[in-house]
Amino acid sequence: MSPVSRGFHGRRRDDVAPERVPPGQYVTTDFPVLSAGPTPHVDTGQWTFSIRRAGSVLKTWTWQEMRALPAETVTTDIHCVTRWSKLDTRWEAVSMDTLLEQAGAEAAFVLAFSDGGYTTDLPIADVTGGQAWLAYGYDGAPLEPEHGGPARLLVPHLYFWKSAKWVRGLELIDHDEPGFWETYGYHMYGDPWREQRYAGD
Amino acid sequence: MAGTKVRGRLSGPALPRTTLSWQLATVTAVRTETATVRTIELNAAEWAGHRAGQHLDVRLTAEDGYRAERSYSIASAPGEPPAITVQRLDDGEVSPYLTEELRAGDELELRGPIGGYFVWDAAGAASPLLLAAGGSGIVPLRSILRHREQAGATVPVRLLYSVRSLPDVIYRDEIDGYDADGVSVTYALTRQQPAGWTGHRGRVDGALLADIAWPKSSPGDDEPVAYVCGPTAFVESIAEHLTKLGYPPRRVKTERFGGAGGP
Repeated sequence: MSPVSRGFHGRRRDDVAPERVPPGQYVTTDFPVLSAGPTPHVDTGQWTFSIRRAGSVLKTWTWQEMRALPAETVTTDIHCVTRWSKLDTRWEAVSMDTLLEQAGAEAAFVLAFSDGGYTTDLPIADVTGGQAWLAYGYDGAPLEPEHGGPARLLVPHLYFWKSAKWVRGLELIDHDEPGFWETYGYHMYGDPWREQRYAGD
Repeated sequence: MAGTKVRGRLSGPALPRTTLSWQLATVTAVRTETATVRTIELNAAEWAGHRAGQHLDVRLTAEDGYRAERSYSIASAPGEPPAITVQRLDDGEVSPYLTEELRAGDELELRGPIGGYFVWDAAGAASPLLLAAGGSGIVPLRSILRHREQAGATVPVRLLYSVRSLPDVIYRDEIDGYDADGVSVTYALTRQQPAGWTGHRGRVDGALLADIAWPKSSPGDDEPVAYVCGPTAFVESIAEHLTKLGYPPRRVKTERFGGAGGP
């Protein structure tokens, strides 16, 4: 039972449906930036996206090849573990189903890897079934580098650190293993509705 | 750590994967740092200690059960009780309460410490440190400076602290006290400078950073490591300049806080 914080009333928002905001989150209209190091700047002419297993590349797409795949506009809410949520964000993206199908990929988990060395782990069940995308556009414009451009993972049903910025591919793995933030004590799965922020939550 | 081979992967020592429970803390003191900034010192019986640079979560509960949670950098050194330094944001929900209403004897809930990348340990430290703070981004860097001092570490430090004006400098006396002791302090005053100010005016630029950043030619273990904390625009700019000055990206650790909708 939490103690009452003397004199704290809080500020409930009446313009946001409470069922859209996971526990412990607040809604922002900004788009805050959080990353562990400098923002990489990658030319789309040099960019590729690869799906690999055990060091072998199953398939690689150039920027042009990726952009030639069927595109979707995705409107979704996103939730950052640092407690901000942003509603109705609009992305231009390629479904991860399309990419995984073309690679003929089968695995239990994936480890997404990015420019700058960032990694994050996800069950394959969470990056298939119309739940995950490779996003290259935001709000009608190319995705800015500080928000993960030229392309980032978009897995909006999990905390946003799972939506790896500057993503360059997926490594298929049979057993779950921690990525970057997961190594530093963040939750392996990261469901905002169950408030899985840190290991053990 | 054994794991999938991903070339150039960022990694470090894993943290023990223990559950972080909410715990009760009592405010022992509220200190005025600037017109809008307070340091809140806490006593938490179950606090297991922290490393310099980590943060903690605070949870407040209103009488009707409504709750608000926020994350704050830890301002105190390892070995000290937890403390946070909070800047009041006019449109904030939590920061006006913490900076204006809260007083010694009040209780709140916290959990932590959290984070294991933007941290610095005095034990075994050999690399020179470049610390760059924008505004209240000084908070985790102050924990690093305090830790270095208390541990008797001798690694040289350069601190670049960008603020609007001198009265906005947080921990001014403490920081100036470090200045002679292997810590070189440079203030950049972006909005307002006192009469006779000979230091930097305006935002930090490439020329100022080139003066302050450690030379990139230092070999091996003595290669400097940078900790950059502040608003997004500040961190983006500093990190990009440092990369251009030859810092390998993984020697530039960043912590950013977002826009006006933040804590």
